[in-house]
Amino acid sequence: MESEFAIVGGGILGISIAWGLQRIGRDVMVIDEGDFAFRASRGNFGLVWVQGKGDGLPDYTRWTLRSASLWPDFADELEDTTGIKLELSQPGGIDFCLSNDEAENAVARLSGIRDSLSIDYPFEYIENTELRKLTPEIGPDVVGGTYCPKDGHVNPLYLLRALYTDFQSRGGRVVNGVSVDKIKQENSGFRLSGGVEMFAQKVVLCAGLGNRKLGEMVGLNVPVEPNRGQIMICERVIPFMRYPSVQIRQVGEGAVQIGDSKENVGFDDRTSPEVISRIARRAIKIYPLLSHLRTIRTWAALRVMSPDGFPIYQQSDAHPGAYVVTCHSGITLAAIHALVLTRWIGGEDQPKNLESFSGKRFSI
Amino acid sequence: MASVFRFSRSINRDTRLVSIQFENQVIEAREGETIAAALLANGIDFTRKTPVNGQARAPFCMVGTCFECLMEVDQIPNLQACMIEVQEGMVVGRMYGPRNPDDDT
Repeated sequence: MESEFAIVGGGILGISIAWGLQRIGRDVMVIDEGDFAFRASRGNFGLVWVQGKGDGLPDYTRWTLRSASLWPDFADELEDTTGIKLELSQPGGIDFCLSNDEAENAVARLSGIRDSLSIDYPFEYIENTELRKLTPEIGPDVVGGTYCPKDGHVNPLYLLRALYTDFQSRGGRVVNGVSVDKIKQENSGFRLSGGVEMFAQKVVLCAGLGNRKLGEMVGLNVPVEPNRGQIMICERVIPFMRYPSVQIRQVGEGAVQIGDSKENVGFDDRTSPEVISRIARRAIKIYPLLSHLRTIRTWAALRVMSPDGFPIYQQSDAHPGAYVVTCHSGITLAAIHALVLTRWIGGEDQPKNLESFSGKRFSI
Repeated sequence: MASVFRFSRSINRDTRLVSIQFENQVIEAREGETIAAALLANGIDFTRKTPVNGQARAPFCMVGTCFECLMEVDQIPNLQACMIEVQEGMVVGRMYGPRNPDDDT
């Protein structure tokens, strides 16, 4: 198998990059490891989220804001071409605070981010009484919340399906069930093997936690680690939740999804009753009526975290033509990955301040 | 669209007959069978309307996986009819659309 670009990794990052490259006329093949891989793209929460992003790296805040603003057109284009409704909604989002300490920390963090930027960074802290006007179902334990009008959410599974549907209907190739175990640069490109032999002029590593090992094969330092998040989903009910939050959102079909654990437990994607009950208790404090609802399913997935939590975008110095793209916000950033980052990988133009995201920042 | 709809019990169970109430009808069921099985054996061809688009849905997997058979049982909404055994006097109703999260049941 041969193509101009080989994308290693068939999750949301891989297919966003593949779709975007195809959109600017490139010949692309996606290599997907299969269902034994840790599939963060199948287990994530589905937020298109701005608030709090980029604490310590203003370029990441700008990058996130820009992706959020690209999302409506991105979703429209995919819905028009595939007929798949993505359930994108960007009404703004609320991060709920259950104590004064939580509120002070949230405001300090968002103010810090705002002060580090030269562009507008809209957010406001709203106390319980006023917050109740926005979302009347909140409980008395909610001290307040930070509201950011740029936040939203989407159905991440429909997004994945739409990108694949469009990519394949335009002739994009997807190789399933192949775990790439060797990448070797040859004169005009890269030979990839993993049971089958593949050749591409350029290779883009989008394999999530697998990028660490794959990166070593092409001289890229990708020190990503797993961070577990557990999620529960409750039965479908009449839509009542007007705003998504980091912990809770009501999905397009009415089910209520609850999450936001952050656990450093290595490559373990099982759920645990202790964590599930902790996130459920917090959710009930925020929206007491959730105590009426039955849980349908729980699951866990592994976030792909770099040491500072920010993305890594880099072309290899030792092996030009080999790129790595990794981050833990593949849904939020899907729009900018597909529409902007691919222009750099495709050799058209490089986004401003791209070097902020180089993995070289982790070298001593 | 007219459809040929027929389920029958594969084993002629020797268990006691019980009556359950379904949407103002009295349904004869066999002790030990599930609500979903009893309704299908009585020719009931749908058990809810999905909140997604209002289509009629019926029990599908019969083993608690698909959630197509959600019904109201003794006033508790969104229960899986394939996972609950019939009991004398039980009142069972279809779910029409999503439940109200304010109902404390």
